[in-house]
Amino acid sequence: MSMPTLPASKAKRGRTDAGSTYSFKNEKKSLADTVMPLLLFLCAAVSILTTIGIVVTLLTETYHFFREIPIFEFLTGRKWSPLIPPVSYGILPLLSGTLLITVIACIVAIPIGLASAIYLSEYAPSSVRRVVKPILEVLAGVPTIVYGYFALTLVTPLLREIFPQMGVFNALSAGIVVGIMIIPMVCSLSEDAMSAVPRSLRDGAYALGATRLEVALRIVVPAAFSGIVASAVLAFSRAIGETMIVTVAAGSTPKLTANPLESIQTMTAYIVQVSLGDTPRGSLEYGSIFAVGMTLFVITFLLNILAQYVARRFREEY
Amino acid sequence: MGVLQDANRKQIAGRRRLDFALHLLFVAATSVGVVVLMALLVDILIDGASRLQPDLFNQYPSRRASQAGMKSAIVGSLYMLVIMAPLSFVLGVGAAIYLEEYAPKNRLTRLIQLNISTLAGVPSIVYGILGLAIFVRAMQLDRSLLAGALTMTLLVLPIIIVSSQEAIRAVPRSRREASFALGANKWQTVARAVLPSAFPGILTGVILAMSRAIGETAPLVMIGAMTYVAFLPNDLLDSFTVMPIQIYNWIARPQAEFRELAAAGIVVLLAVLLLMNFAAILLRNKYNKKV
Amino acid sequence: MQTLIEISNLNLYYSSVHALKNVSLSIPEKAITAFIGPSGCGKSTLLRTMNRMNDMIPGTRIEGKLTIGGTDIYSNEVDVETLRKKVGMVFQQPNPFPKSIYDNIAYGPRLHGIRNKKQLDEIVESSLRAAALWDEVKDHLKRSALSISGGQQQRLCIARALAVNPDILLMDEATSALDPISTLKIEELTQELKNRYTIVMVTHNMHQAARVSDQTAFFLNGEVVEHADTEKLFSNPSDQRTEDYISGRFG
Repeated sequence: MSMPTLPASKAKRGRTDAGSTYSFKNEKKSLADTVMPLLLFLCAAVSILTTIGIVVTLLTETYHFFREIPIFEFLTGRKWSPLIPPVSYGILPLLSGTLLITVIACIVAIPIGLASAIYLSEYAPSSVRRVVKPILEVLAGVPTIVYGYFALTLVTPLLREIFPQMGVFNALSAGIVVGIMIIPMVCSLSEDAMSAVPRSLRDGAYALGATRLEVALRIVVPAAFSGIVASAVLAFSRAIGETMIVTVAAGSTPKLTANPLESIQTMTAYIVQVSLGDTPRGSLEYGSIFAVGMTLFVITFLLNILAQYVARRFREEY
Repeated sequence: MGVLQDANRKQIAGRRRLDFALHLLFVAATSVGVVVLMALLVDILIDGASRLQPDLFNQYPSRRASQAGMKSAIVGSLYMLVIMAPLSFVLGVGAAIYLEEYAPKNRLTRLIQLNISTLAGVPSIVYGILGLAIFVRAMQLDRSLLAGALTMTLLVLPIIIVSSQEAIRAVPRSRREASFALGANKWQTVARAVLPSAFPGILTGVILAMSRAIGETAPLVMIGAMTYVAFLPNDLLDSFTVMPIQIYNWIARPQAEFRELAAAGIVVLLAVLLLMNFAAILLRNKYNKKV
Repeated sequence: MQTLIEISNLNLYYSSVHALKNVSLSIPEKAITAFIGPSGCGKSTLLRTMNRMNDMIPGTRIEGKLTIGGTDIYSNEVDVETLRKKVGMVFQQPNPFPKSIYDNIAYGPRLHGIRNKKQLDEIVESSLRAAALWDEVKDHLKRSALSISGGQQQRLCIARALAVNPDILLMDEATSALDPISTLKIEELTQELKNRYTIVMVTHNMHQAARVSDQTAFFLNGEVVEHADTEKLFSNPSDQRTEDYISGRFG
């Protein structure tokens, strides 16, 4: 409709039935305005359904599993041997394997990620930032299977030069590479928290004669502390859930050990191992995937909630 | 005279040395990421260079390394992308619009929001378990292309929702008000004033989510995309394989020839991902300039 | 009055913007010098060259000479940390650190190597007294510095600057974010402080300059138009542009 005709047609409609008063009634309630909110809500509801799906699936299958294997035995058993008799489902070896990988990964990722974040947020000129940040983003986007290849074909041979007694599959190599994988995450989340610290606080400290290091460590890091802790917790959770690197490089021998030079198995690698074989539905082995998956889900879920709580609860007001 | 001299020079010199030393340490830490990325790329290129030949793209997987290629895997990844992209785009952007523009500020909304950020942190293999139980078994889609694509859609949804929400939130309030002031209704305002402004940002997020899905292995191993696929899938219920799974398959073999194949496959996969990332960065830069 | 800060032919560029043009100025010791002028005239920029806070803005270039007590502060022998210890600064917005009142004051002395608890206690008390804040906060020094009012926060920032024992205090529109009563308190405070410190203040408010300063410099487009005793500058300006500005014809 072109501009000039619009007032004319409106005037015609308005004047005929109600004299000189305007009518503010909507001639046609648009269909889109009634239907769209509902459709959009349904889209959002998919995410709730996903969560419900995850929880219900894990619960029902795990329930069947725990009727065969008492939950106490599952949680405290020190031997995981689902294939070779005597069959035994004690999750501690898988948990310890996962923990070993996670601890190694965090020892690598948290200091390096945090130091990079401090450098990028407090020291680096913007030209360096413009180059380094996309590189870190690319590093974060490298598929985990590629990291697995990297661990197996480059990192492990290098480590075996230092530790000749180490096997081809070992926790150290996988843990280091998982750590490298999560460096970008620690770095970018910590940097976000640091750049949220207002400029004026830094100026206040510089004006008292602080060096850059003192501003970074005594003003910026304490002020951004909650965000930094949250990034560390998320990194921990991410390392626990990492699958392909450990499947490829850490081996498939569940054992209770703290020796990083040995081959171990994580919860995630076990799940992959079972699903590679064609396990019949309803078997104990099939059920064990869900029991292990449930354990994994609960741990990472709690850690993620913790991270959000830390980030919110201890947020500094500037 | 002397105004600036009476301070404790030694103490300050010590602090400056510490600042300098730590500065170097921070630079070193930052370069770890850069160096590793270089090492990784060089390692893979050296290993895979000899196998980067037409056969890699023309041949189906084979027991014999000399004849193996990843044709079915490349096509499988492509098909999965084609099914997943529109589905996750509609669902993800729809949810983001609902949460940003329509959702009342109540408990349910907060719950959905919390739920989405929590889902983003769920390990990908758990989505594989979900896909296995729901799509493969309960819905009896079997180990099919459709089951894989649906599983991956659920996996990337939280990522798309969060990034789309950010893009929508970045549209200035004044633009909405201008539209309302001209007599537009809610949906008209959303569709014609908000979404066009937010679109580049949304698209960037969707591309990044897709590149995440292309590289994802674990959930598809779970739902059994592992089968040895020497044909191209014809319909949605055919079995399939994708690039990362083919690569995993080759890595898992002890022979050196298969390692080379794996490296060549990784080069192809990384090239695809870098292209997608590059597109996303271009879009974002364009978007940032326009504000 | 003896000159403490001597600025001669100073030019400053932000990338391509020529922000200060050939500025020459002598600032006397133990007195209050006020910089006035419309926004963007370079008065804050000049203030920030005196403790080299401009160093941190990328693309800044400085030519000319700025000496404090005879030392060129842009020479290689001067380290900025010592300079900033000697030249304190108070900012436009109160910017206490998210720490306790005590830790805010003790932050500077600790940086500069004072660890002794008793000595720190004394510095905290004397600085807060000097900033006329002691009586209001002495019973809750452990409380967060963010819990006190804006006016108190600004006096806390003054106390924090005094705690490192500077000779010069730079105040960058230090009262512009405060209510009139807090402003008055800080103005009174400056009158006491000038017996011990050299104060340079940037102010948006001409009346404030007239009330508190001994000398005033009027800036326009990066140049010093006129610099004189405050009384003279406001009652009998020698430049037409100064007269236009103080009589409210622009800016």
